[in-house]
Amino acid sequence: MTAQKVTGSQALILSLLEEGVDTIFGYPGGAIMPVYDALYDYDKEVKHILTRHEQGAIHGAQGYARVTGKPGICLATSGPGATNLMTGIADAMIDSTPLVCITGQVASPLLGTDAFQESDIVGMSIPVTKWNYQVTTPEEIPEAIAQAFYIATTGRPGPVLIDLTKDAQFGELDFEYKKCTKIRSYVPETHVDPHQVKAAADLIDAAKKPMILFGHGIIIGRAEDELKAFIEKTGIPAAWTLMGLSALPTEHRLNVGMLGMHGNYGPNLLTNQADLIIAVGMRFDDRVTGKVSEYAINAKIIHIEIDPAEVDKIIKADVAVIGDAKKALHMLTANVAENNHDAWVEEFRKCDVIEQEKVISKDLYPTKPGLTMGEVVRIASEKTNHEAILVTDVGQQQMIAQRYFKFKNSRSNVTSGGLGTMGFGLPASMGAQIGAPDKTVVAMIGDGGFQMTIQELGTIAQNKLPVKIVILNNNFLGMVRQWQQLFFERRYSFTELQNPDFITIAKGFGIEGHSVSKRENLEDSVQKMVDHDGPYLLEVIIEKEDNVFPMVPTGASVSDIILEP
Amino acid sequence: MKNEFIITVYTENHIGLLTRITVIFTRRKINIESLTVSESAIPGIFKFTIVINETKAQVTKVVGQIEKQIDVLKAFFHTNEEMIYQEIALYKVPIEPIYESDTIESIVRNAGARILEITKDYVVIEKTGHKKDTQALFEQLNEFKVMQFIRSGRVALTRDPIERLSEFLKERDAFLNSLD
Repeated sequence: MTAQKVTGSQALILSLLEEGVDTIFGYPGGAIMPVYDALYDYDKEVKHILTRHEQGAIHGAQGYARVTGKPGICLATSGPGATNLMTGIADAMIDSTPLVCITGQVASPLLGTDAFQESDIVGMSIPVTKWNYQVTTPEEIPEAIAQAFYIATTGRPGPVLIDLTKDAQFGELDFEYKKCTKIRSYVPETHVDPHQVKAAADLIDAAKKPMILFGHGIIIGRAEDELKAFIEKTGIPAAWTLMGLSALPTEHRLNVGMLGMHGNYGPNLLTNQADLIIAVGMRFDDRVTGKVSEYAINAKIIHIEIDPAEVDKIIKADVAVIGDAKKALHMLTANVAENNHDAWVEEFRKCDVIEQEKVISKDLYPTKPGLTMGEVVRIASEKTNHEAILVTDVGQQQMIAQRYFKFKNSRSNVTSGGLGTMGFGLPASMGAQIGAPDKTVVAMIGDGGFQMTIQELGTIAQNKLPVKIVILNNNFLGMVRQWQQLFFERRYSFTELQNPDFITIAKGFGIEGHSVSKRENLEDSVQKMVDHDGPYLLEVIIEKEDNVFPMVPTGASVSDIILEP
Repeated sequence: MKNEFIITVYTENHIGLLTRITVIFTRRKINIESLTVSESAIPGIFKFTIVINETKAQVTKVVGQIEKQIDVLKAFFHTNEEMIYQEIALYKVPIEPIYESDTIESIVRNAGARILEITKDYVVIEKTGHKKDTQALFEQLNEFKVMQFIRSGRVALTRDPIERLSEFLKERDAFLNSLD
């Protein structure tokens, strides 16, 4: 390729095109205007989604990244534009979501002078980015962008940020693009050690009560088929973490449900009966382990993980297999004996019966007058044939949706796991819809979280994104209220909300919707939403003070999971 | 149990990396006792020498987090016993009381210190050693009311017969070339 003379801004756009970018989520402003000017000439090649707030842009980019597996691209100006991205960057960091964020910056002679809309975004974002870099000359742009994509998408993915001074955007360079394929100080594709695989296989073949815990790493590593092959050959029951949801069909006979604080009864309880834990692409989050000293007390631990810093971070591994889940599981499957653990799987099913009776049937088929979150989730899942992409916000609706929505396909669950970012749901749902235009996207959002990023209804309307938005409205910050009820003597300190008329607001944005509060209208209401051509907002007035159970109380062991208050 | 550990980090020479490394300590509320940054024997590769008081389990995790940073080539940690290390201290002492005392010669001689500069107002003395040695000299010289005192961060070498970074770089370069 011969070099062509272009401006820094054009070089940025050309670099993004070289990386296959077709969608950018962004918001213009002073210090990024040259880039926006260049973008004006590329509206056929790149779709720019103008959000209503930079937080909307970054959560949109996250939603896009999570359903496509491609990096989400986010563009913002300097100062407040850049700082508004920070929550989403932190969210992407902890949930290993590949993002390339590009921020404008004041011209390089003004750096450090408290110039208008100057913020030290590189300094500020260091702890929440996988890598970041400030570009002050146009010549640096192609290489910086190439490295940004390489770093964001390889190994354990994560967000990177490139800060682009205005003079670098204006200046000219001879553009030539070369994709980054290696960095001396960063070697993400570690070779999987066959000795470790063999050691793991020996433990697996000897185990009487083995259990697989799988997380986001299966989805990120596109290892769904390898996971399935592994569990089917060994007959080992497999439980997913919140972030691992949808990596295996919900109805797979060896899927024993969700781990964690509000996960299923069986996998939590039986963690302490298992004699072997095979953890794949997960990081033993505190919401999964409960009290660490009383976690997996009878089990040896195999940890299959791409990030060496995660091994022994929380739970000491007896055998650590460092590397990509796809490769490691493939090798492991070849090394283990065919087996079945039907009696052990039956233990999980017995727990399911107990949970069904004590919790699930009351959530999904309630007999009390008030609507439950669980029945709304069940109906939404059924009406979309369990093939929709579920996007949630954070709180009770999130836990209930994760518990009861069913999945047939991978990459169908978009949620804020590690950071627990309220306000994530609505903007992430629009990103998910753009990333998966042929799928139904159902956003389950509480009345609290919805109001944190409510402005993105404007983006949804302008781009005619047919997102199905369900507000589960209990006029409370429900999860906090639940904790106040259980652990703070029902002192409901600042958790009750006086809400606006959501349907009128949606209408104001040009989005249709209606509100439902009676069980006899619920099925039809959900059906109407699903059938609607275009975005739709369904408000469901639910029981004011329902709780999410089962629950592993903070500081308790997973086997002390409680089914009811 | 907490012990003194010396962490050695080899990095590319990139702006912002110092912050990237130090925030790993800050986030875990670990105090950095001493920090020295300089170019290593290999041009373009920088070496951080960081001293902390921590448990072995924590220092292991911290080193894992440091090594995870994109621009970090390699990080090691050692106990004091596993390394040879030194710090340098400078003392500015007023001339008047020294002049009137007869102990300065034995103090400087016994400490193995040396005099760098003498003016009509002060003497600047230099000593290299472990912290306890440079601190002991400070106590002695403070009889004359030390005007200024400064101690450097630690510099340290391993007792290993091989330079582990060179080995590492050789392997890394071979691996990267194999990708082409």
